[in-house]
Amino acid sequence: MRAPFSAVIAISLGIIVLLGYFVPIGPLTSLRIVLLDWAVILAGVALIVGVVNLFYVHWKKTSEGNTESLYSGVLVFALLITLVLVGWFGPTHTFSLWIFNYIQVPVESSLMAMLAITLAYASARLLRRRIDLLSGVFLATTLVVLLATAPLFGIEIPGLGELRDWIAQVPATAGARGILLGVALGVVATGLRVLMGADRPYGG
Amino acid sequence: MTLLGVLGLGFVLFFLGLILIFAFLGRRGREVSLRPIPAFDRLQKAIGRAVEAGNRLHVSIGSGDITGPQAAVALVGLTILNRIARDTTISDRPPVATSGDGSLAILSQDVMRSAAREIGAEYSPFSGRLTGVTPFSYAAGAMTVVQDEEVGASILIGSFGVEAALINEIGERSGGMTLAGTDNLPGQAVLYATAQEPLIGEETFAGGAYLDAGPTHTASLRAQDWLRWLIIASLLLGALAKFFGFL
Repeated sequence: MRAPFSAVIAISLGIIVLLGYFVPIGPLTSLRIVLLDWAVILAGVALIVGVVNLFYVHWKKTSEGNTESLYSGVLVFALLITLVLVGWFGPTHTFSLWIFNYIQVPVESSLMAMLAITLAYASARLLRRRIDLLSGVFLATTLVVLLATAPLFGIEIPGLGELRDWIAQVPATAGARGILLGVALGVVATGLRVLMGADRPYGG
Repeated sequence: MTLLGVLGLGFVLFFLGLILIFAFLGRRGREVSLRPIPAFDRLQKAIGRAVEAGNRLHVSIGSGDITGPQAAVALVGLTILNRIARDTTISDRPPVATSGDGSLAILSQDVMRSAAREIGAEYSPFSGRLTGVTPFSYAAGAMTVVQDEEVGASILIGSFGVEAALINEIGERSGGMTLAGTDNLPGQAVLYATAQEPLIGEETFAGGAYLDAGPTHTASLRAQDWLRWLIIASLLLGALAKFFGFL
């Protein structure tokens, strides 16, 4: 689709959806809901296209014949088996739930466990890489919250729980709100740039 | 129209007006100085090094839903991908973009295709990929890209949760630079510890301005600064008014 034509469509639909939130006129609100429903449907179709792309990338890798092609082969095999089983029996059938409960959940749990070790190692590396006040505060806060939440050997240090609660309720909340305020302004600015046509992520 | 609707629309129109004013002033040649963000300086150098060394750049735009508020930070990731693609598509190993959402994967392919067409380079449909549909599967797929495809630097700009730590760890082990920013609070905490160059808060949204993506990016950054000070002043005035009993 030619760039100016796609830009006109994108900008006009974006303005309609934006106005639909602020101006409570019946047809405008209904149009907003319809357009958002279409967006959700298109996102679903895009997911299918993405999965096809994923399959194609790994299918190509299996034909390369190196060590990594084995993992791609496993992915392709698992994808096809899951697609056939869940497509045939449905997502709530025993077979489908078995795949989810005994393959997907353990794999994702093990990745989460790996994440815990990764974060511990990264925190130690932070001391070596970036020795400054903020890194020190970051690590000290992490230690206080960890020790207060899960005491080592069951030994509770007096006052640590109150300190953790104060950290969570005062400086952490204040910092989080400040960051979220900045993020919100950034989000609005990005949206406005798309509505102005200055940013065109949709082609051309 | 409710009062909240009027205020909301008024805020948006005021913001738009500020962006237009600053864009107009920028076009008249008025110099704008931005505070230095070392992450973007290092990114510029990493782009140059990657092209010279024949390494690939990996840009990951996260797993945020394009229909939700996380879309904004993903659009920033696409803008940065666009800048990087224009500078490095001509190299031996063009950049690769990974994402955890189908729409973002298609958009990243579109960005890569546009960049390749503009500079006359060859476009590969594998340059933009969906690596997984859940956050951890997406991270696992992105990790294999970083490890197996001679990635010189990883740039993670998008909606990431704590799973971004895994991608950064592999980037660190591969010896490449890692630069990361997200709109997600737990994600930012994790990126602060794991990325070599973390972007905190709205620094992520400033990427376009620092990478010369266009005068509108700089204008919107200045408008954000003005509005931030305005909001701070309103909060302080409100707190004082409450303290002295006016509210």
